[in-house]
Amino acid sequence: MPSNKSVSDAPITQFINCRILRDNELQREDLWVREGRILDPEKLFFDEQGYADKRVDCGGSIIAPGFIDVQINGGYGIDFSQASEDVSDGVSFVAKKILEHGVTSFCPTLVTSPPEVYHKVLPQVKVHDGGPHGAGVLGFHLEGPFISAEKKGAHPEKYLRTFKSGGLEHLMEVYGSLDDVAIVTLAPELPGSQSVVRELSQRGITVSLGEHRVLLLVSESVSVQPGRFHALSNPSVSAVVQFHHRDPGIVGLLTSDRIPAGRAVYYGMIADGIHTNPAALRIAHRAHPSGLVLVTDAITAMGLPPGRHTLGQQVIEIQGLHAYVAGTKTLSGSIATMDMCVRHFKQASGCSVQEALEAASLHPAQLLGISPKKGKLDYGSDADLVLLDEGLNVKATYISGEEVWRKGQ
Amino acid sequence: MKLIILNDYDQASEWAAKYIRNKILQFSPGPNKYFTLGLPTGSTPLGCYKKLIEYYKNGDLSFQYVKTFNMDEYVGLPRDHPESYHSFMWNNFFKHIDIKAENTHILDGNAADLQAECDSFEKKITAAGGFSIGPDGHIAFNEPGSSLVSRTRVKTLAKDTIMANARFFDGDLSKVPTMALTVGVGTVMDAKEVMILITGAHKAFALYKAIEEGVNHMWTVSAFQQHPQTIFVCDEDATLELRVKTVKYFKGETLNHRSCSC
Repeated sequence: MPSNKSVSDAPITQFINCRILRDNELQREDLWVREGRILDPEKLFFDEQGYADKRVDCGGSIIAPGFIDVQINGGYGIDFSQASEDVSDGVSFVAKKILEHGVTSFCPTLVTSPPEVYHKVLPQVKVHDGGPHGAGVLGFHLEGPFISAEKKGAHPEKYLRTFKSGGLEHLMEVYGSLDDVAIVTLAPELPGSQSVVRELSQRGITVSLGEHRVLLLVSESVSVQPGRFHALSNPSVSAVVQFHHRDPGIVGLLTSDRIPAGRAVYYGMIADGIHTNPAALRIAHRAHPSGLVLVTDAITAMGLPPGRHTLGQQVIEIQGLHAYVAGTKTLSGSIATMDMCVRHFKQASGCSVQEALEAASLHPAQLLGISPKKGKLDYGSDADLVLLDEGLNVKATYISGEEVWRKGQ
Repeated sequence: MKLIILNDYDQASEWAAKYIRNKILQFSPGPNKYFTLGLPTGSTPLGCYKKLIEYYKNGDLSFQYVKTFNMDEYVGLPRDHPESYHSFMWNNFFKHIDIKAENTHILDGNAADLQAECDSFEKKITAAGGFSIGPDGHIAFNEPGSSLVSRTRVKTLAKDTIMANARFFDGDLSKVPTMALTVGVGTVMDAKEVMILITGAHKAFALYKAIEEGVNHMWTVSAFQQHPQTIFVCDEDATLELRVKTVKYFKGETLNHRSCSC
């Protein structure tokens, strides 16, 4: 049918024969896209008397907002924390590959490293939109070095730091620049952290609490902080479920009544079947379902065959789906892909399809404060989409309404 | 007048939809020859719309050369409000079929000059050649006391109507529109053919008043006794207030109609 639009001449695409994730449910509706954004077809009809130029038959697929991975350390042999000359190429390589997992935006993550690494790596990658070249970069996630020695997990102890007096300036000395940083993970019980958290939040950077044993006490004192808190779980997530009646830890934080109105608490979970006990996933999901953010915490070895690889300043070893700090049994990170995490989360927690999809799209977008532009299929949202079958396997990925990956091609 | 009595709501809806479909197909509309439909809103015609959508999806019917005129719209309600009749038509009919936006006409309840909007609507209907079919539940907002020769105009809604509508506006009476634009009884009487859908026991008394008593402005549907081509389509429940004799008479006729038109 001929198009006759008075507002714009840009072509309009109509996705038909699909179920879309909207308003927390799967609706049998068509999805309309123009100029990279979701379009309101009723307005188009009555105001512009316009029609679709192109129809895409989705064959009954589910359409969800593209997945957003806020904690990914590398993959396919690329280690974001390796200070090299071509960090930008490495990030781009991974960005292109993760389209296959339905990820349309991500935060390249750097683990605890010495200042030289930050000074070299950070300036090489800017925040930028995704497209056929790969998923969009929302900014770096700096996980460390201001985290606690007690819960260091796989972070190399020798590079951990505390805040010297002058909080933020010290942080800037270590990192060099915060221009393209989206998230900073730090330990709130470190002295001097409060002012740092406040200043980071004022710059629009999401603060992640990397230590959870004394979280509840901390959250009371930092309860007037602006911004969003993201209680990121350490890879050894079994510690999360240590619920002591005098020290309720993360479960206490998630269900705390001290969280001021208008503030939200989000918590990342690696649902790869290894890092999180299924019971822990269920408990966390039931305690605070709207705050659950699925992350891959994927390391260099994701996408690679078994063997030894480099992560930050350490060497790790892959055995099957497990990745260990070489020579130990400490988990180093996961090698599951985001779509694997979505499927496993649904299966382990018994949640609905909508909840599983929102944990990988809506919640990370809300965490970063970029919803509804990202993470939703509202009118006006960016048309970053993932088409999935009944089993939540990725069939195709779209960025700004353009197909950037299709299974079988 | 024909009175077609079907067993239940679904069958009544299907009969009505088939009738419209067949009329359109027989008419064979084209770029210079549009078929014009007057359309109502509300729960009564929903089943009929669903069936028409089904016929479109099966490839049996196209709305490319069909023009539609809706009967009414609230005054002052934003066009994209979920309770506006624009939203109703979009969600329940237009978005599922191949009708062109420029061929649909719904009164604009937010026009600066409401009466001018009504007058221009009347002119558009005339220009379109009048209604070919005007299926209707209770002639839009032509409530008891409306003139039987009325045209498209602004109407203040009855208190009962406002109370009944409150449930769609979160129970807040202050949010319910108090006025509407509606085609008049006279406007619908100008249609070449009128089909009236009446279903459910709660409409039985209205049907009785419409066909077994005289023409009366307190029951505006009775005006159609004086229209040359009217069909009342109803279910068994809607006949509960009619005389057995009336029902038997029309059921006998219906057997003939079924073989001709479906």
